[in-house]
Amino acid sequence: MSPAAARRSAAPQLAAAALVLIGLVAVPWLFSTFQTITVCYGLVFAIAALGYNLLLGYTGLLSFGHSAYFGMGAYTVALLVKYMEWTSMEAFVVAGVLGAGAVAALFGIVCVRYTRIFFGILTLALSQVLWSLALKLFWVTGGTDGLRVPTPKLFFSLLTPAEDKLEFLAYRYYYYVLILFVAATAVMWLIVHSPFGKALQAIRDNETRAEFVGVQVRRYRWVAFVVSGAFTGLAGALWVPLNGLTTPDIVYWPFSGRIVFFVVLGGFRTFWGPIVGAMAYNYLETYAVGYTVYWQLVLGIVFVLIVLTLPQGLAGTAEGLLRRMRRPAPAT
Amino acid sequence: MDTLLTQILNSLFYASTLFLIASGLSLVYGVMRIVNMAHGNLYAFGAYVAAWAVGLAASTLHWSLLFIVLLVGALAAAAVGALLEPTLLRPLYRRPEEYQLLMTFGLLLILEDVMRLVWGPHPLTASALSDALGSISFMGVTYPGYNLFVIAVGVVAAVGLGAFVYRTRFGVMLRATSQNMRMASALGIDVKRVYVQAFTLGCLMAGLGGAIVVPIQGAVLGMGIDALILAFVVVVIGGLGSLEGAAVGALIVGFVRTLGITYFAEVELAVLYLIAAVVLFVRPAGLFARA
Repeated sequence: MSPAAARRSAAPQLAAAALVLIGLVAVPWLFSTFQTITVCYGLVFAIAALGYNLLLGYTGLLSFGHSAYFGMGAYTVALLVKYMEWTSMEAFVVAGVLGAGAVAALFGIVCVRYTRIFFGILTLALSQVLWSLALKLFWVTGGTDGLRVPTPKLFFSLLTPAEDKLEFLAYRYYYYVLILFVAATAVMWLIVHSPFGKALQAIRDNETRAEFVGVQVRRYRWVAFVVSGAFTGLAGALWVPLNGLTTPDIVYWPFSGRIVFFVVLGGFRTFWGPIVGAMAYNYLETYAVGYTVYWQLVLGIVFVLIVLTLPQGLAGTAEGLLRRMRRPAPAT
Repeated sequence: MDTLLTQILNSLFYASTLFLIASGLSLVYGVMRIVNMAHGNLYAFGAYVAAWAVGLAASTLHWSLLFIVLLVGALAAAAVGALLEPTLLRPLYRRPEEYQLLMTFGLLLILEDVMRLVWGPHPLTASALSDALGSISFMGVTYPGYNLFVIAVGVVAAVGLGAFVYRTRFGVMLRATSQNMRMASALGIDVKRVYVQAFTLGCLMAGLGGAIVVPIQGAVLGMGIDALILAFVVVVIGGLGSLEGAAVGALIVGFVRTLGITYFAEVELAVLYLIAAVVLFVRPAGLFARA
């Protein structure tokens, strides 16, 4: 695609993104506290999904161990609260990203030596090392009881926690998450459209050719792995104050499956797919849990149907439909 | 001395159930190149069906006949496998392999809740069988007879599966398909049928594993996921797609678990995963990889 054509195709996307952003800014005024907090969870998960998709969609690596980085972000914050008595959200964000990034850097050294199924199993196995530590070292991590995290101070203590926790989460904290979500999305957009991002896509499409044109495949994969882990860690750090508690469940591998679900539901071949998927999944789960105890069955059926009939995911399918509408079928 | 023997028997008991689960997982991967994430839940399904069938039959049948009733669990899991492969997996063979993995993950979610739906949240037990065999004393130790039975089943299954894969005509077809699916197809092997049969056989092994442990452990929700993770460790150590690997991997994991429970209970799982990671680091495709 020529630069001009790329700009032309990016413009409507950015316009649509701006519209969605205006909608997101208006959420706390338009909807109930409960709804706003649900959207807030969706935004947090969307950050994790964006990070995850740098590996699956752009590098072609299917990880089943991203709970490790989400959990690492969350537990870093919780441990800082417990042992250092930190209260600043900015510090939490930085520490969560660094903590998850460090673990991803370490695990990545082992994992990026493999691709395909072995990559999946290895990421899974390593994430379960962290899970069993979070579960078993209960004198540090609280075991299955987890660790409590009080509402933090935002913006270098300019905003102190409000009296009413729900109010705080639905207004101040919501906007805090929204700002970081926008920043994370912008950074990810720059990453995937940078030469580095293009190199990752070259690796995804043909590893051998990428190697031949001088891409250092393994190093690029490792960097992608670390960036992906850091984004997921950011999501974990933002999630903890929202949830108020972190338990080993978020390090357990079904949580990795949930992140995979976000991305597959939205579509991993589009930039916006993971965001759409995370928001949609969050609503799906919230309502499925409300209606039936067999919500996992509902989710499983949706998942199987998506894999069978909509391999492009929600966003990918919508994008395909739009493109077909805009460009009428060529005359035969 | 007697504690050592007990520990060895415990390890063999673990190894035996692990082999039953992991061999099916490995077989399916070896032939179809699919890692079935729902495999653990088929194991759990076998356990539930077996416990349910034993519960129904316990009052009417003599206890020795209940061992045959256990097989119902294995057959039920096999039937589910025979149903799933043609309907949900076959349409995906033309797609990138990620989709097959994703499909089995969806099946994992569904099966987990189907079991909750059918049998409710409370565990099922079939302890009539393990009670019936009592304890056996030999060489200064007293050991549950049923655990010895499980060890025997594991050994018989390993030998039987090995003979089946390496000595029978069907085994040849299985191995041919596994090595080169297109070439096997060109030589007149009905690959579609081999796939169904291999998947069904894999599920049968998982179901047998579940059925055989249910008199001891009972059938509980979540048992499938725990088993799957351990089976992954086994096949990663042994090498995916290799039966010998599954046997050796199961023995290693069995012994490490027994040691772990005695000496490092807190980090037992972490140690197992670390062993798997180290093996992958040193021998990327596992100890018994063929390729």
